[in-house]
Amino acid sequence: MIETKAPAKGIRRMVTGDYAAAWGAMVSRPQVIAAYPITPQTMIIEHLAEFLASGKLDAEMMHVESEHSAMSAVIAAEATGVRTYTATSSQGLSLMHEPLFVAPPMHLPIVMSVVNRTVAAPLGIWVEHNDTMPQRDTGWMQVYVEDAQEALDMVLQGYRIAEHPDVELPIMVCMDAFLVSHTIESVDLPSQDAADAFLPPFTPVHAYLDPDRPLVLGAASPPEYIQEVRWETDARMRRASEVLEDVDRKFAKAFGRGYGGAFEAYRLEDAEVGLITLGTVTSTAREVVDLLRGRGEKVGLLKLRSFRPFPTERLREATAHLRAVGVYDRAVSYGVGGPTYVEVRNALYDTHNVPVLGFLAGLGGRDVTFADVELMFQKMTAAAARGRRAGGVSWIGTRGVTP
Amino acid sequence: MTTVKELPVQDWFESGHTACPGCGGAMTVRIAMKVLGPRTVVYMPASCLLIFSDMYPLNAFRVPSLQVLFETSAICASGIKRALKRLGKDDVTVVAFAGDGGTADIGLQALSGAAERNEDILYICYDNEAYMNTGIQRSGTTPYGAWTTTTPLGPQPEGRGKAEFKKDVPRILIAHDVPYVATASLGFPADLLKKLEKAKAKKGFRYLHVLAPCPVGWRTDSEKTVDLAKSAVETGIFTLMEYEDGVFRISREPRFTPVRDYLSAQGRFKHLTDEQVASVERWIKEKWERDLALARALGPKPAVAQAPSGR
Repeated sequence: MIETKAPAKGIRRMVTGDYAAAWGAMVSRPQVIAAYPITPQTMIIEHLAEFLASGKLDAEMMHVESEHSAMSAVIAAEATGVRTYTATSSQGLSLMHEPLFVAPPMHLPIVMSVVNRTVAAPLGIWVEHNDTMPQRDTGWMQVYVEDAQEALDMVLQGYRIAEHPDVELPIMVCMDAFLVSHTIESVDLPSQDAADAFLPPFTPVHAYLDPDRPLVLGAASPPEYIQEVRWETDARMRRASEVLEDVDRKFAKAFGRGYGGAFEAYRLEDAEVGLITLGTVTSTAREVVDLLRGRGEKVGLLKLRSFRPFPTERLREATAHLRAVGVYDRAVSYGVGGPTYVEVRNALYDTHNVPVLGFLAGLGGRDVTFADVELMFQKMTAAAARGRRAGGVSWIGTRGVTP
Repeated sequence: MTTVKELPVQDWFESGHTACPGCGGAMTVRIAMKVLGPRTVVYMPASCLLIFSDMYPLNAFRVPSLQVLFETSAICASGIKRALKRLGKDDVTVVAFAGDGGTADIGLQALSGAAERNEDILYICYDNEAYMNTGIQRSGTTPYGAWTTTTPLGPQPEGRGKAEFKKDVPRILIAHDVPYVATASLGFPADLLKKLEKAKAKKGFRYLHVLAPCPVGWRTDSEKTVDLAKSAVETGIFTLMEYEDGVFRISREPRFTPVRDYLSAQGRFKHLTDEQVASVERWIKEKWERDLALARALGPKPAVAQAPSGR
């Protein structure tokens, strides 16, 4: 988080990440909320139900029979012309895979908190990004957060980004299971007035179901028309990069804290090797960078927040001076490496002549330790000396496997 | 009550759609839209209906419509209604038109969920007894013995066509104890209109199951649609019933005309053996006994006799 001079506009409380996300949703004034319970997302929905019961929240809340229906319900409600919210995790997101594709081409700016959790098999409830990463081609924006405050703030920012007329795409706010969802932290909970000042009421432009102005949404289309729909959706995703940066700047001005937009660089300016992380591992990596800097090692960190849209141009600029780039992934694309690693290599291919290394660690929710991250930096430093072809994928902290 | 002659000339589901001649689904939707009128939002799943009414840039509905996915009719209609309520447009009727596959099979979970929550929607299933849009594959509501492309005929004289009997979706909905469940047939338009009007007027979850013959899938001539829909009721293979606010009523007692005539009129049953026809006859008998039992158990309660006074 980057502190700015603007004063905080809320009350400070010790709450979980799930509570923070629920608060963010509540002050965004969604009109329809639909959800199905799944660990570790459940508390988000429980808190929203409590806010509703106590009269703090005024919305239609649908406790539906599956995540497939939760997503379909918010798609239909958003298509009717109201702001919507849902939250899920893991298998729930997998079950949503089919409806996820429907929202982006139909210009439906839904906001969804996703608590990143392992996808079976084996069944596990702890953090992994193997639930959200496979959804990257659905047309949803994806932002990965590091702590409870960011989980809250990105719901508010998410609506501003998603509903922007240049974007009109849905967004997932991805937060690590337990490390964010269930960890109690000190969080600034924005007041309703502060949220209202930042986020205006939703007025649908391209999608609504109103007998007074009839419209067909989701018509079948022959090949003569579908390719343009794909192109147009792609164009909006590309435009979203700038909107995301701008909304974060506006948020920082309003609330006194920002996140650097698509990514936050930490001690990267004069670094020789830089590690790219997503989610809570960033906190560990930041400490390791300080530790290694204390020993005189020129290492830096880049906390990647926006996976979709992918910040290709900015990433090229921010890493142009590095002699090696490392990419941490909490998800694996079997036989290839981590999805973020693949994206970064693709982004840097035209402009960088340095090794890009992929690190797989912390899968299934395993702790990623200082020693793990230190090893990543060691491998990057060694590869920097050997040149571009020294890149590759390593499994860090895997029993019986030498990294 | 509106009679057939009093129906408005105005259509809200227009001609010019691309349904096959004699399509029972298109007839169902056209009649329903005449009753439902302009203050309506339509949901339809991936289905024949979507393809023949809503292939961009053509559109047959004069009211707003949404299509999301095949199995999401009940949940999407619910989502629309909840949003309309928030927008102060609670007067608008939200109707889902889905076929039997989208209702009885892949859409059953969402249908059950919406019924359990008593969502304020009207769900109309046009039952043509197979997956017709994908090319006549068996569904849960395909009748016993029927030929479909996935229940082809083999060399054996028995066990040809679909081996199982028709799934009774209305009875599943009755078990949810929703405000209104009814069956209707294109062969009995007055009954259909009455039920549509009731369903439109009621609040909460309403389900209408309409037998809608498909000439292509049933292997019949297109002008036979209404006759077959009538014959299905008269033979007793399809019961006209109504479950309204907890009371079950049979709308029309079948005449029990020979089911063999109904079956032999359709190409999909042409191969049935005498034994198979006898199985259908037994099934009709058992179904009718069950319908009567339901009518007894859930029928109108006799007025409670006045307790004799203390004298």
